[in-house]
Amino acid sequence: MRELRLMKGNEAIAEAAIRCGVDAYYGYPITPQSEIMEYLTMEEPHKRTGMVVLQAESEIASIHMVYGAAGCGKMTMTSSSSPGISLMAEAISYMAGAELPCLIINVQRGGPGLGTIQPGQADYFQATKGGGHGDYNLIVLAPSSVQEMADFVGLSFDLAFKYRNPVLMLSDGAIGQMMEKVYLPAQKERLTDEEIEKRYSDWATFGKKANRERNIITSLSLESEVQEKHNFKLQAKYAKISQDEVRFERIACDDAEYLLVGYGTSARICQKVIQLGREKGIKIGLLRPITLWPFPSEEISKLANQVKGILSVEMSAGQMVYDVKLAVEGKVKVMHFGRFGGMIPSPDEVLHALEEKLIHN
Amino acid sequence: MENTITAQDIIRDGELVFKKTACLTDNVLSYCPGCGHGVAHRILMEVIDEMGIQSQTIGVSPVGCSVLAYDFMNIDMQGAAHGRAPAVATGIKRVFPNKFVFTYQGDGDLAAIGTAETIHACNRGENIVIIFINNGIYGMTGGQMAPTTLPNMKSSTTPYGRDVKMMGHPIKMTEIVATLPGTCFVTRQAVHTPAAVNRSKKAIRKAFENQKLNKGLSFIEIVSNCNSGWKMTPVKSNKWMEENMFPYYPLGDIKDL
Repeated sequence: MRELRLMKGNEAIAEAAIRCGVDAYYGYPITPQSEIMEYLTMEEPHKRTGMVVLQAESEIASIHMVYGAAGCGKMTMTSSSSPGISLMAEAISYMAGAELPCLIINVQRGGPGLGTIQPGQADYFQATKGGGHGDYNLIVLAPSSVQEMADFVGLSFDLAFKYRNPVLMLSDGAIGQMMEKVYLPAQKERLTDEEIEKRYSDWATFGKKANRERNIITSLSLESEVQEKHNFKLQAKYAKISQDEVRFERIACDDAEYLLVGYGTSARICQKVIQLGREKGIKIGLLRPITLWPFPSEEISKLANQVKGILSVEMSAGQMVYDVKLAVEGKVKVMHFGRFGGMIPSPDEVLHALEEKLIHN
Repeated sequence: MENTITAQDIIRDGELVFKKTACLTDNVLSYCPGCGHGVAHRILMEVIDEMGIQSQTIGVSPVGCSVLAYDFMNIDMQGAAHGRAPAVATGIKRVFPNKFVFTYQGDGDLAAIGTAETIHACNRGENIVIIFINNGIYGMTGGQMAPTTLPNMKSSTTPYGRDVKMMGHPIKMTEIVATLPGTCFVTRQAVHTPAAVNRSKKAIRKAFENQKLNKGLSFIEIVSNCNSGWKMTPVKSNKWMEENMFPYYPLGDIKDL
């Protein structure tokens, strides 16, 4: 029987990490996600599973610790919030280049700069378009409930190791802080060193054995031809991920005349908007991207053939709306509505925006 | 040519007095002739060979002249971002507490951009070895001022000499980390003479033995030359190092618990 608990989103991540057999968490405190490391240190997972939990001196150090442990084939994660993720951008680029599997969690707050500690969704560009330097992509998952905060930990590691690529979970302060019921995954055993060495002997560092060449974790190649070839390999991997790993949820889309596109907290608000709209006779549907990269462009393109207009609802000044527009290719009008800087839109104002921008216009 | 002498003609059983350790690869070193990095690489790899720990050792290379250390060291290695080697090594050591982990870093990497990572890895007493090559200059990028560049010393960004009123004094990281309870062995050595090489190698051996005994962090500074960056011949650079670097960075053990 699955175990049911009432938990904060941040706590659900931490408990799921222990249960998924994660080997190490390295982190640095920042609001609104500090409960993740607090929960982990309280639970003493080194006693439960042998999991390492270490508070680093900075987000820079914590993500480079992740680099080191991930380079050993270990299931390794960190978490932070917006300003901390900016500090991690260097290592994220290095890990994408060195093809290291890991999980990075961003419980977003409002920006820019130190911004606010209230929820935000203004790190969409940073998460999906780079953030660090160079041509790379992260697999980006967007949970919209405490349940998904727990479920996506295991999913993230499955994807990270399947593709040897960092995975970013893009959550926000609302989902991190709120409490909901959550079914927790069953406790998995951590892999032994022998099992890890057997699985990843072709790339990870364990100490060079006599029967193999040394393994090197690096993102450097001084020869341009070699670096270009490596980039082609990365691009081929990203193309495969784009083809196979798109995830989304369709809500009330079948008869929809107007479409909302929203993820995370915004998607929850949009569900109320659907109800309010339909009470007024406006047939609204919601496309909720679960993977922000790869983005569900094909599905949005298909829905664009059916609806009269699309509203991208985000707690930002308009970021995901660009991807929606690219998917729609001008077939119907695409508009953006957002509150930001820590403000959360109400269902009424989203519905009002839909009417103003798409129906009466 | 029938008369060509091959290595096999010279090396006969019983006559072999020195052999490159199997922990070094056959790749040609990328360092300038006269640079101390090659010797430092050799003695470090000899220690790993002599202790029989090649299969249990993971090294972390820096950004700087020794960025390609993994091309020459025949062990599993990770290349860290600039200054982050102690954090990367921490990440490795915490998940593999029974393996041997070391970083190999230059002065710009360890004492400028990586100051926080260095201080805090030392302060936590991470059970690793840090090898710190201090040649008082950024070699790879073409001889700019390092945190360890001596007062009045010329570099490409201090063309009239380091003005300490403007740029501060050279930082003595080794003395700083010796004050931290997490370090168990802190020493400053050199590799410019056979005697100095022997002392450095002994220090490296002690550092890895400390790691085996879980004693804490061992920190070995090797004061070295950069004849290219200093714009001197190798011989002259070593003399200049003795006359100018050693008085500011005196050799010897600072802490040995």
